[in-house]
Amino acid sequence: MPDQGGAPKSLLRFVTCGSVDDGKSTLLGRLLFETGKIPEDQLATLRASSRDGEIDYALLLDGLAAEREQGITIDVAWRYFETERRKFIVADTPGHEQYTRNMVTGASRADAAVLLVDARKGLLTQTLRHSYLLRLLGIRNVALAVNKMDLVGVDQSVFDRIAGAYATIAGSLGLTVQAIPLSAATGLNVAKPGGAAPWYSGPTLLQYLEQVPAREEAAEGQPFIMPVQWVSRVGADFRGYAGTIASGSVSLGDALRLFPSRRTASAARIVTMDRDLDRAVAGQSVALTFDREVDCSRGDVLAAPNAPLQIADQFEATLVWMAEQPLLPGRSYRLKLAASTVGAWVTEIKSETNVETLEKLAARTLELNAIGTVNIALDRALPFTSYEESRELGAFILIDRDTEATLGAGLIHHALRRAENVQWQTIDVTREARAAAKNQRPKLLWFTGLSGAGKSTIANLVDRKLHAMGKHSFVLDGDNIRHGLSKNLGFTDADRVENVRRVAEAAKLMTDAGLIVLAALISPFRAEREMVRRIFPPGEFAEIFVDTPLDVAEQRDPKGLYARARSGELTNFTGIDSPYEPPEHPDIRIDTNSMSPEEAATMIINALI
Amino acid sequence: MGRAAHGLTHLEQLEAESIHIIRETVAETQRPVMLYSAGKDSAVMLHLARKAFYPAPPPFPLLHVDTTWKFRDMYDHRDHMAAAAGMELIVHRNPEAEAQGVNPFDHGPAHTELWKTDGLKQALTKHGFTAAFGGARRDEEASRAKERVVSVRSATHRWDPKSQRPELWRLYNMRVANGETLRVFPLSDWTELDVWRYIEVHALPVVPLYFAAPRPTVERDGAILMVDDDRFRLAEGETPVERVVRFRTLGCYPLSGAIESCASSVADIINELTASSFSERQARLIDREPSASMEMKKQSGYF
Repeated sequence: MPDQGGAPKSLLRFVTCGSVDDGKSTLLGRLLFETGKIPEDQLATLRASSRDGEIDYALLLDGLAAEREQGITIDVAWRYFETERRKFIVADTPGHEQYTRNMVTGASRADAAVLLVDARKGLLTQTLRHSYLLRLLGIRNVALAVNKMDLVGVDQSVFDRIAGAYATIAGSLGLTVQAIPLSAATGLNVAKPGGAAPWYSGPTLLQYLEQVPAREEAAEGQPFIMPVQWVSRVGADFRGYAGTIASGSVSLGDALRLFPSRRTASAARIVTMDRDLDRAVAGQSVALTFDREVDCSRGDVLAAPNAPLQIADQFEATLVWMAEQPLLPGRSYRLKLAASTVGAWVTEIKSETNVETLEKLAARTLELNAIGTVNIALDRALPFTSYEESRELGAFILIDRDTEATLGAGLIHHALRRAENVQWQTIDVTREARAAAKNQRPKLLWFTGLSGAGKSTIANLVDRKLHAMGKHSFVLDGDNIRHGLSKNLGFTDADRVENVRRVAEAAKLMTDAGLIVLAALISPFRAEREMVRRIFPPGEFAEIFVDTPLDVAEQRDPKGLYARARSGELTNFTGIDSPYEPPEHPDIRIDTNSMSPEEAATMIINALI
Repeated sequence: MGRAAHGLTHLEQLEAESIHIIRETVAETQRPVMLYSAGKDSAVMLHLARKAFYPAPPPFPLLHVDTTWKFRDMYDHRDHMAAAAGMELIVHRNPEAEAQGVNPFDHGPAHTELWKTDGLKQALTKHGFTAAFGGARRDEEASRAKERVVSVRSATHRWDPKSQRPELWRLYNMRVANGETLRVFPLSDWTELDVWRYIEVHALPVVPLYFAAPRPTVERDGAILMVDDDRFRLAEGETPVERVVRFRTLGCYPLSGAIESCASSVADIINELTASSFSERQARLIDREPSASMEMKKQSGYF
């Protein structure tokens, strides 16, 4: 039943998932074919690229030559077809090893899902996994497509057994299921009700897809929420606050609350280029004007007074990790939520979920495709909801500060109470007053370099000179810190990140007290040294690279550590089996081959104090 | 626009999502630009950009990467539309291709590579654009089915299909590092039919070449080509024949195949498309190569 013209249609996005040989490509190919979406010339190209002249729908659906060479489909592919009632956007997610990342990506936009099962094999471990991920991403409506019914003689008892077993899984996850006996190869119950299965009186797959409710429709009944994407200024008077309505509706004169300021205003105009509207609903992109002047910028959120928004700088969330390099607690990432981007770090991994068994396990990092429950802290409080309440205000992505790549996807559970209860206590004696009393500018001098490079030696000399000058200074030495503050940390990447964070926060308190702080730590990763720089005011942090080549440091080996690392007695040793990322633009570089510690100390004081 | 039983129509949703993408790009990138080719997809994209920032004009210029071989009608339409939108129009022609007189008759595939691929890279670098909107749709060609809405290109404008970012919800990551730039495709989820329906609903002006009319043509290798000016090289004994034709896609005129058609209005085109069983790019000569050729062009920087 191809489309016949311009009658208004609704839009449904759905995700397809299944194991490798469930016939997903054939089913999709069949849907496209039945709705008239496979053009003659594409069929001709297909015939040309297949070996025996038989059309293989999988070839039609595998887009990239890079994949064809590897024989796998590595990524979400998007397909389009329509009937008289609806336009469909299909996220076609491969069932291979990268399935978590791909399925989560595809399901993040979907209203419903088609889950494939091979009638001959029944439910597999993967079926459970896929169902868990669908539920995690907030999909409630699932069509269980029991495929290849023709190969089991269209036997009702086979279908009933599979549908019955799945009803138990669906019930425990809270999914609403329609099981459909079908055959992608023969077309049974795909678009045409099948005479071959007279015992089945339910909808065909296409009928199901035409009737299942879309998310936008459900979102219309919720309280109004709209993140401000853009402020449109025209002349002296016009201020339009533009955005896409995340949920609910807004009418002229409606009272609005602005977050995070919590100020109020009411909607004076709903502006679009076609005409001003009296009312706008979830999914529409509009611009609002207010009845009064209120400060409002990109990232603020407009909402009805009863909207379930919270403001906090710490929350618990499910995090899906999508990058090759693992998640490290304490490392600073960018977090984008609606129209806001802030600094964020994971303060605790509470558990990792094994997607094979759904068991919760302890974890110190999250690897590619891992799913964990974590606590996250932000460097500034944001308005948000739980993911259950809103996909727009309860979802976020994490971005690498260096490569700017997307690393992970998060679904918010709830704010952490400590965030609401802990306020900044105002202290009357300011840090400026404390610094002035000591007649110095507080600073953190951060010495980084390999073990044995001479960091502690030089820091110690600088400290002695400062003391002699009547300055108030203190040395935070990496080895000493590990006897106390960081006693519970080891030398894994995750622990090194946390160690640097603790030293940085301790140094921050000391500079607040007016001190000049000298921190001597290997601190091997650029990302953490940059994190330290960011928490200090400009000019109060200096990175000093004590540059000693590995072979020289190893030859000196004052603590005998290199020898033990080489023999395998010590693991995770920087320079041997753990990386050191040298600073690209240190404030000062000390070449220990051409400069004595004494000369280095003098140079540092002349340059920085 | 008509209203479905519940909520928004699919065209209203596609429109809102495209506007969302355009606003995000402008809010989060330093120097965006919109590629404008005067075709039907450009017509829709430009209209969406105007809606996104209304009542202000879109806060970025239009860029036309010219090959000097477009249809004459397209140049007129381009200048007219840019002026009507109140937007700056930058036209870039690859100076090397201009100096060498590169043309589709003598230079084969090098024509597209020099004028379009290299021309685009030069223009982006010259003006320091960090993000470029393009009108490409995922349903156009198999290699586009996995393209992101926001696609990262290296400092040398190369596309690496293996290092594209996962794209979740409506959370577009618009950040770049190390001289990378972005290609942004606001029409990713639109089909050819959606584009025409939108043109109909909003009565958007398009180049007359999309509508059937008697035109001077020749037939070569099964494709109908229009003799748009006297630079067209006729073979010995070849004389242009008047045929009633129209174009589904427009590019360089000696490379754009026409189809025989009587569709003389947008409504006719929509009817023709719903009955048609050929894909949109069938008449594009540059695509009639091994089925991975578009992917190779993209990797080297073609939009």
